[in-house]
Amino acid sequence: MSEIRNELKYLSSHEWARLEEDGTVTIGISDHAQDALGDVVYVETPEVGTNLAAGDEAGVVESVKAASDIYAPVSGEVIEVNEALEDAPETVNSSPYDEGWFFRVKPSDTSELDNMLDADAYRAESEEG
Amino acid sequence: MGNRTPLYDAHVAMGGKMVDFGGWDMPLHYGSQLEEHNKVRTAAGMFDVSHMTVVDVDGDGARDYLRYLLANDVAKLDGKPGKALYTGMLNERGGVIDDLIVYLRDPGYRVVVNCATREKDMAWMQEQAKQFDVTLTERPELAMVAVQGPEALDKAKEVLGIEWTAAIDALKPFESVARGEWFVARTGYTGEDGLEIMLAADDADGFWRALEKAGVAPCGLGARDTLRLEAGMNLYGHEMDDDTSPLAANMGWTVAWEPEERKFVGREALEAEKAAGRKQKLVGLVLEERGVLRAGQVVKVDGSDEVGIITSGTFSPTLGHSIAMARVPVSVGDRAQVEIRKKLVPVKVVKPSFVRNGKSVI
Repeated sequence: MSEIRNELKYLSSHEWARLEEDGTVTIGISDHAQDALGDVVYVETPEVGTNLAAGDEAGVVESVKAASDIYAPVSGEVIEVNEALEDAPETVNSSPYDEGWFFRVKPSDTSELDNMLDADAYRAESEEG
Repeated sequence: MGNRTPLYDAHVAMGGKMVDFGGWDMPLHYGSQLEEHNKVRTAAGMFDVSHMTVVDVDGDGARDYLRYLLANDVAKLDGKPGKALYTGMLNERGGVIDDLIVYLRDPGYRVVVNCATREKDMAWMQEQAKQFDVTLTERPELAMVAVQGPEALDKAKEVLGIEWTAAIDALKPFESVARGEWFVARTGYTGEDGLEIMLAADDADGFWRALEKAGVAPCGLGARDTLRLEAGMNLYGHEMDDDTSPLAANMGWTVAWEPEERKFVGREALEAEKAAGRKQKLVGLVLEERGVLRAGQVVKVDGSDEVGIITSGTFSPTLGHSIAMARVPVSVGDRAQVEIRKKLVPVKVVKPSFVRNGKSVI
């Protein structure tokens, strides 16, 4: 059974978002997503400084099996990317919610987080299929 | 629920992530495809290939039948019981209905074809068989286990016991030995040494578990695909299909043109293609930068307005970067460009073979 953290928000395309204490939002992919992808071999993150709108393609995660686009769950400027994934993409498999985060944005409108699924809704969706 | 092989329970017990594959519930991996891949390159791994279709070909007309049915010539097996031959089975247009291995039994022959193509293969083989004194017998009651890797033969001997040791030691690549329902062949689909073992379904579970105890890693379809791709081995439906000539699929070596008087299905079409000059060939691609080549991506080559296409692509666990096989215009040089997500990315063009016996060959 894959882990779904109650304190996070989710997209049905399997990204998670966490509002940090400093007001930034960290984004990654769920445990369910990393399990479905299998061994991750390559992660393409957005460039720092990029302005993303919610729903924009923000990067790509490639496993031995498939490529999957990463979408921005909220609008904002990319302020940091997880450079460790360049040399250790497998971190996405081993620690999808902690060490394996993708990028961090300075959100332009934190209320967009309310449009995302909460843990229960995401759990229901990912169990369906 | 799909079809289940005799090893289904063992897969689930060993943590296999089961997926549908051509109507069969098969393990994709048992945790990490990369670890399974590396185990086969460095030690030994095993694959359940019981979903493949085994057909015994018997009767006085069996040799003549197979010489007509197959593009390679089973006459090469004459006087060598146990010997195996890789070949395409072509249609009249010279397209590949399937690729397969045929073994000379004593008496008769055994053919192993793909699972996804089983129905059309059987229909075609039955149709062609009408002109010959031959019987085709499917053997769905047999299981099949591939044990592959540098330690595969030693591990298999350890499990099979002393009575098999001499027989396995005597096997050269592409040779087999049969005892009762057990059929042990030194063949595989990984680019490593190893065996493919057919056995009664009832014996399969015990054999599989004994191999695991001996240290052979269970491996899923995921590792099977990355291993065969590194080895430059074709996968039906990717490198070739009903509309692809073996000459455009790096299978020219499997077409036996001699003796000239042998008629086989597809010969006239292939001769016409050869006379006209072939337009495409299968090459290997190596991506030196980050990213992953995937089937379906477009390949641009110098000297041709026609584009090529990637037939199979993956991240190569052994090499640490992406590789692919692609069908491209024959004008291709030693560099090409692949369109990945609307960007053109430079790749190196090599022979379609990347890893053999654990080592890079590019």
